[in-house]
Amino acid sequence: MSEARQFFGRGLPYVDVSGLSGRLFVVEGTDGVGRSTQIEQLKDWLELQGHAVVTTGWTRSPLMQPAIEVAKEGHSLNRLTFALIYACDFADRLENEIIPALRAGMIVLADRYCYTAFARNTVRGVDEGWSRDLFGFALKPDVTIYLRIDVTSLVRRVIRRGRLDYWESGLDLNLGEDPYDSFVEYQRRLIERYDLMARSERFEIVDATRDIDAIQRDVRQRIAGHLPQPGSASTG
Amino acid sequence: MSADDVKALPPPALHVPHPYPGQLIVVEGIDGSGKSTQIRLLHRWLEAQGHPVVFTEWNSSELVRATTKFGKKKNLLTPTTFSLLHATDFADRFSTTIVPPLKAGMIVLADRYVYTAFARDVVRGVDRAWVRRLYAFALRPDVALYFKTPIDVSVSRILNGRQKIKYYEAGMDLKLSVDPVESFRQFQGRILQEYDAITGEFGLEVIDATRGIDAQQRQVRKLADAAIRRRSKPADAEVGDS
Repeated sequence: MSEARQFFGRGLPYVDVSGLSGRLFVVEGTDGVGRSTQIEQLKDWLELQGHAVVTTGWTRSPLMQPAIEVAKEGHSLNRLTFALIYACDFADRLENEIIPALRAGMIVLADRYCYTAFARNTVRGVDEGWSRDLFGFALKPDVTIYLRIDVTSLVRRVIRRGRLDYWESGLDLNLGEDPYDSFVEYQRRLIERYDLMARSERFEIVDATRDIDAIQRDVRQRIAGHLPQPGSASTG
Repeated sequence: MSADDVKALPPPALHVPHPYPGQLIVVEGIDGSGKSTQIRLLHRWLEAQGHPVVFTEWNSSELVRATTKFGKKKNLLTPTTFSLLHATDFADRFSTTIVPPLKAGMIVLADRYVYTAFARDVVRGVDRAWVRRLYAFALRPDVALYFKTPIDVSVSRILNGRQKIKYYEAGMDLKLSVDPVESFRQFQGRILQEYDAITGEFGLEVIDATRGIDAQQRQVRKLADAAIRRRSKPADAEVGDS
């Protein structure tokens, strides 16, 4: 499967994507669902088995840090610049981190992928077809783990953790009277988008309302069949 | 390379007249074509005539300035991130500096427009249909002027006028040549070919940029004036429309 890499759309015409022998595993799910904890544990487990692992996460490209800072300071992101800035962050990490790691035969664990952009853009009223074409350069992952949670469990978990975040509450969208109402409505809409994609994009749906260990066991099971076989990679 | 790929997509706003009472006038051309001089002269003339004018320039938004500077300085940009950064810059200026004055019945002058991306980004290697789709939200200008310049003229203007050709301006990221002047020549030559195709695809007005500045300016003013007259009548009635 990893031999014939597929793109979401028209790909990267100037990049040779043959010989990307690594694996790309994506962990998706809404804000506060526990993605980073799961990725950390998954990484430990994979490394113990002798796999070289690289992690990458949404908005973490060094290139886009300055622009995202400016944007988040309440400057003036509209839905177009919102979509484009995150696409650029993603493209930078795809070309400078993900593809080189796959070429070196490594396992890439991605905390969020372009599905996050599809969900957020659509909730913000961006044309869905445009949004998908925008990410036409993105590689299709080998497996996408979707940590699924219902809104009620999510909001309790997030409140226990601390205060409701401006962006996680979608406060830029004016969805409710107070942060709580806004959070619930915004996350409800996001989860609805994820659920739709879960079917069309064949996500591995993992019930994220359980305790951390139970979720981790489930996650490992879902990717176990997709790991590189011992001795198959050229680099040791 | 196939033009069929482009046509397979639905026609974006770039192919139909925009709905606003203002006028959008854009200039295009390779570096050293003299387009910035021409748009500055047009700007002064339009203001002298009493028109409200707003000017906007490619790659000038505050939002991505730091990132673009950082990316260029460290040579971090790939064809795709280069393209997306410029699209972000454009989208920011589009919603803050281009659409509001058009709604208010003003004249917007743009030094470079989406056609710059269609030419440059494709030469850098991004997919031709992808970059057109990226800018699907852009409005069609009332007048789009393309200052056509042979590569030798452009090179000698650049070399006479400035100290040094910049890395990305010369397309050094494409590794065409280690010599900046030779790289510039080859890079701009390829952009010229793309512009030629774009001229037909989007109906740009071609201005012969080897003629005298004043002769070009007369032609520019005539075309701008015709566009303003064409649209100025219904404008008053629609200004309140958002």
